Amino acid sequence: MITNFLNLEWKQYFRSANWQKSVFLNIFLVLFGLYFAVCFLLVGIGGYWILKKQFPEQDPLVLANSFLLYAIIGDLIFRYLMQKLPVMNIKPLLTLSIKKSKIVHFILIKSSFSFFNIIGLFFYIPFAVVLMVEGYEVVGVLGWLFTMIFLVQAANFLNFLINKNNIAFGALIAILLGGYLVQYFEFFDLPGFIGTGFDFVYQNPITVVVFAAVLAMLYLANFKQLRNEVYLDALISEKTKEVTASDLSFTDKLGDLAPFIKNDLRLMWRNKRTKSGIWMLALGLGYGLIFYTNPMYAEIDVMMVLVGIFSTGTFLINFGQFIPAWDSSYYKMLMSQNFKYERYLKSKFTIMTISVVLLFLLGIPYVYFGWEILAVHFAAMIYNIGVNSHVILYGGTFNRKKINLDEKAAFNFQGTGAVQWLIGFPLMFLPMGIFGLINWLVSFEIATITIAVLGFIGVALHKKLMASITKKYIKNKYVMIHAFNQEN
Amino acid sequence: MIQTTQLSKKYGKAEVLHIESLEIPTGQSFGLVGNNGAGKTTYFNILLDLIRPTTGAIVNHDIQVNESEEWKSFTGSFIDESFLIGYLTPEEYFEFIGDLRGMNKADVTKFLSQFDEFFNGEIVGKKKYLRDLSKGNQKKAGIVAAMMGNPQVVILDEPFANLDPTTQIRLKIIIKELTENRKVTVLISSHDLTHVTEVCERIVVLDNGNVVKDIATSAETLKELESYFSV
Repeated sequence: MITNFLNLEWKQYFRSANWQKSVFLNIFLVLFGLYFAVCFLLVGIGGYWILKKQFPEQDPLVLANSFLLYAIIGDLIFRYLMQKLPVMNIKPLLTLSIKKSKIVHFILIKSSFSFFNIIGLFFYIPFAVVLMVEGYEVVGVLGWLFTMIFLVQAANFLNFLINKNNIAFGALIAILLGGYLVQYFEFFDLPGFIGTGFDFVYQNPITVVVFAAVLAMLYLANFKQLRNEVYLDALISEKTKEVTASDLSFTDKLGDLAPFIKNDLRLMWRNKRTKSGIWMLALGLGYGLIFYTNPMYAEIDVMMVLVGIFSTGTFLINFGQFIPAWDSSYYKMLMSQNFKYERYLKSKFTIMTISVVLLFLLGIPYVYFGWEILAVHFAAMIYNIGVNSHVILYGGTFNRKKINLDEKAAFNFQGTGAVQWLIGFPLMFLPMGIFGLINWLVSFEIATITIAVLGFIGVALHKKLMASITKKYIKNKYVMIHAFNQEN
Repeated sequence: MIQTTQLSKKYGKAEVLHIESLEIPTGQSFGLVGNNGAGKTTYFNILLDLIRPTTGAIVNHDIQVNESEEWKSFTGSFIDESFLIGYLTPEEYFEFIGDLRGMNKADVTKFLSQFDEFFNGEIVGKKKYLRDLSKGNQKKAGIVAAMMGNPQVVILDEPFANLDPTTQIRLKIIIKELTENRKVTVLISSHDLTHVTEVCERIVVLDNGNVVKDIATSAETLKELESYFSV
């Protein structure tokens, strides 16, 4: 039976279209995971000596123990935000002749091997090995190590119990902050106090059984809860949210573009994928703070163009690169409706333009770092409207991948093809290159004006550019309909 | 009038549709019947210019569909759930389609009020997104949207599937009313022989992409079809 389950998992993973289609992305994700693993590994190996060097008077193990409270609570908070028990894919198993308890055991045990549980081991195991090499008592260290492993697993199962419970989440935050504050004001050393508990484990390794017992209890509690909920109307039900409609009649001012713009606004607010993308805006807007506060970059004028293009254009880039794939799930319908394609593209262009202007306005406080910055940002705004928006709309004609709006955005590369990566270059590096060259040859002012003028030329040619872009979209219509029909 | 001439669609060597000639006069209620893979949806997709024919063409009221887009202004259609915009409520969806078909909000409300009985209180005012509706209710919304803006041609692919018996009966009445004054052409495909024979005055049977029967519906049609399909 268990081999059957594993077989299913294996096939699910390797037959998912994502895996088969984009090897490149998988390599990227694997590298990303490896990067974390290596970081943890290095800290695990080097941690002993780092602590020893920084605090020669103190025992590194005791010191490490006194940080464990933060590690554990932080782990739980991270899990609370990121980790969910994967239950949906057991639906087809329910009516087969498999005991429900077996299915529940399987999903629970499977969760033990998640990335969240493994990654901690990359720190704890090498750290424990170093301790043993350095002459700590082997039994004691082993007791400590197993305590850690049990704790990580316990956190895994505790998370499933408290998940969706905001009070528990609040409590975690409170402990984290409270622990830090009482320690900071030297009122009570809570982390140190918890740490002495772990010291005790090292001295009396037999106490590890307590943690094993806690883990067993949490597992059983999970099992009981899940076993009662493997029904379509309980755990495996898909929640339907009530509609929160907002009045979008203000868009009516935009005339015949209004229906599309309304749709796009709703698209952004009501789908997981786009909603989590909205956070990207804040990130993009704050992007300049990294550069302008750093004296190393403050001297390099070209950076202003990068920040200017990026901070006024985050929405343009994030939204624009997936035109028209956002509408892929109902593209067929759109194509049989009575409207000119140009109107559809114009609505997208309008949304992007409005976003660029808004983001520029929100970015005005950057003037604090110098008027030049504002001037360059202004030029970048014009460039984004005049050049980049057209480039990205043109890039859209190469879109061949469907987007499933219900999946979230972080690490979601669905809909991304080589074009999305390639198009990023001209968007940012072309204006940077032009600016850098003229700035070097002539002057800062002329360079800034050139960028703006390029933008204005784009704006002036808007009608012509749109006409040729529209032609390209219409030419690719059938290929896109066909491609958007394929489930990835 | 919808004229089809020398239409074929090939994928590689496999020919999935081949219609030498087919004329559907204005105001006819036309039924397309056939087993899975017979070419029904392919035909509708070509008629809606969603896929290109390999040879031949369809002319919808004097407009060749893959040459001009003018047919869109008088053609309403519902092929499958992918015609719906999942993150909109039904009201918003109707408003959107209405907008594209030149109806204002008041027109849309007035139009929808005719369908109160058909909706059975399950579509409008439910505070649910289309993606969260049941398959049957999604279909109801899609079918009604296809009839918005006084189309002269209405194309419905498998309209009876997933509907409950009451709604099926109501839909039949709606379709009959639509073709009553001989102005609106209705094209329906279905697996359900009983339903099509009841609603359509003419039935064409497709098999492997070919027209094998073209019947003016009479009392014996259902029997004839049943005997044809019971192989």
